[in-house]
Amino acid sequence: MELLQHIGLEQNLLTIVLVSALPLVFILLYALVTLYLEMKVSAHIQDRLAYMRTGWHGVLQPFADILKLLQKEDTVPAAADRFLFKLAPFVVFAGTYAGFAAIPFSSAYIGSNINLGVFFIIAASSLVVIGILMGGWASNNKWSIFGAIRSAAQMVSYEIPTALAILIAVMITGSLNLQEVTQYQSGGIQNWVVFGGSLPLTQKLLILPFTLLTFFILFIASIAEVNRTPFDLPEAESELVQGFNTEYSGMRFAMFYLAEYANMFLVSAVAVSLFLGGWSSPFGEALSGPLWDLFWFVAKGMFLVFVQIWIRWTLPRLRVDQLMYTSWKVLTPFLFLCVFAVGLILVL
Amino acid sequence: MDLYAIIFYLFAVITLGSATIVVFSKNVVYSAFALLFALFGVAGLYVLLMADFLAITQLLVYVGGILVLVLFGVMLTTKVFDVQMKTKTIQMVPAVAILGLLSGTIVGVFWSTDWYISENPIDVAKTAPQIGNMLLTTYLLPFEIASVVLLVALIGAAMIARRERKG
Repeated sequence: MELLQHIGLEQNLLTIVLVSALPLVFILLYALVTLYLEMKVSAHIQDRLAYMRTGWHGVLQPFADILKLLQKEDTVPAAADRFLFKLAPFVVFAGTYAGFAAIPFSSAYIGSNINLGVFFIIAASSLVVIGILMGGWASNNKWSIFGAIRSAAQMVSYEIPTALAILIAVMITGSLNLQEVTQYQSGGIQNWVVFGGSLPLTQKLLILPFTLLTFFILFIASIAEVNRTPFDLPEAESELVQGFNTEYSGMRFAMFYLAEYANMFLVSAVAVSLFLGGWSSPFGEALSGPLWDLFWFVAKGMFLVFVQIWIRWTLPRLRVDQLMYTSWKVLTPFLFLCVFAVGLILVL
Repeated sequence: MDLYAIIFYLFAVITLGSATIVVFSKNVVYSAFALLFALFGVAGLYVLLMADFLAITQLLVYVGGILVLVLFGVMLTTKVFDVQMKTKTIQMVPAVAILGLLSGTIVGVFWSTDWYISENPIDVAKTAPQIGNMLLTTYLLPFEIASVVLLVALIGAAMIARRERKG
């Protein structure tokens, strides 16, 4: 009971259910927008137009896509492991959704104001790895299992740079609670951790190159965590058809898709909360307040999602060895340097 | 029965139910996946005991690390190479003897320990800083030894896994 009071909730089951369902509403709306955005952005990058027929510039196309997915037969391959095959999409989505519990959407809303928020998000994302392995294995298909194994290897490897980058932001702000991390950065764009946080000027100038580097590495590692190009080896269509979700159709496929999109926003939200001031307004006190906070948070998050889409349709895919090389021999050593340097500067 | 009790029994059922599947399942992959829910249930029980740091570490280390490794091992050996790995009961007598001994010890410890129940409600906000401080002051030596052991294991694994140089 103390736990529930601790997170600021009445002992009212209805309130708990409603509050915990709010991010779901957001994810569903966001997925519709991003589905459209992804197709349009990719098309314009490749000098095409994408959807033009369903409504004005094809704005109704996401709804049509969802209707199609709802109608599709939910097929299970004959040789698949039925139970695990059916369970896997839900495990993946549950892992992603659990992470949203610790995301502060606004100064007035955070699902669970636990003290170890960002630590919890890292832990919850390991459920996604298990779900992907489950789906890949249960499909009983060589492409699926190789996709799943690649995905797991990739996500486990890139957890190291992600965790180190998060550690640097935590060292500067002194808290694992994303709400407190955000409050630390309030007061304008100059206080964002990516620009050195609210340290004294000399320290800030010294720390600036390292925080900038850390932010970029965190973003690179985040893209690898969500299995998107240039790190989309788990579903490399030229080699593995569609990777771990090859055998999925209809709503189960849609669940994987929704989880991937939700994960895109989740990693962006973590990067925004830690480095880009979270929900705080870039103009200090101006344009702040619970609703403005929500606006800033979603705007910053959506910008990083847009960058992810942009990168996906611009860069080619890495090879497996290049992928592992990038994580272990480039990103991780640079982050060790940053951890050391930031620690030293903070002690000064 | 209040909400706390309901949640406790829910997690207890999840843990024990999945643990039973881990032990009795004929398919070793099912055992590995059932382990996920068993570990998750234990993490839930930790949360109920106000041990938030322990619960999250449980998820991170066991689900994110060890379980993924177990699954890798299991998945690479079953189905892919047409070898059906099954679990079956062998060595009944020694198994029962060891089980009896082990459970006897655990039950003995359970009954003989004077369980300390904190009078004051625990401040969840302070668990992580307290654990951090303890690890870097009072328990610095065990902490450092554990990290050296892990480092040795890491180097050993890299040694075994690396390609043999010719000549």
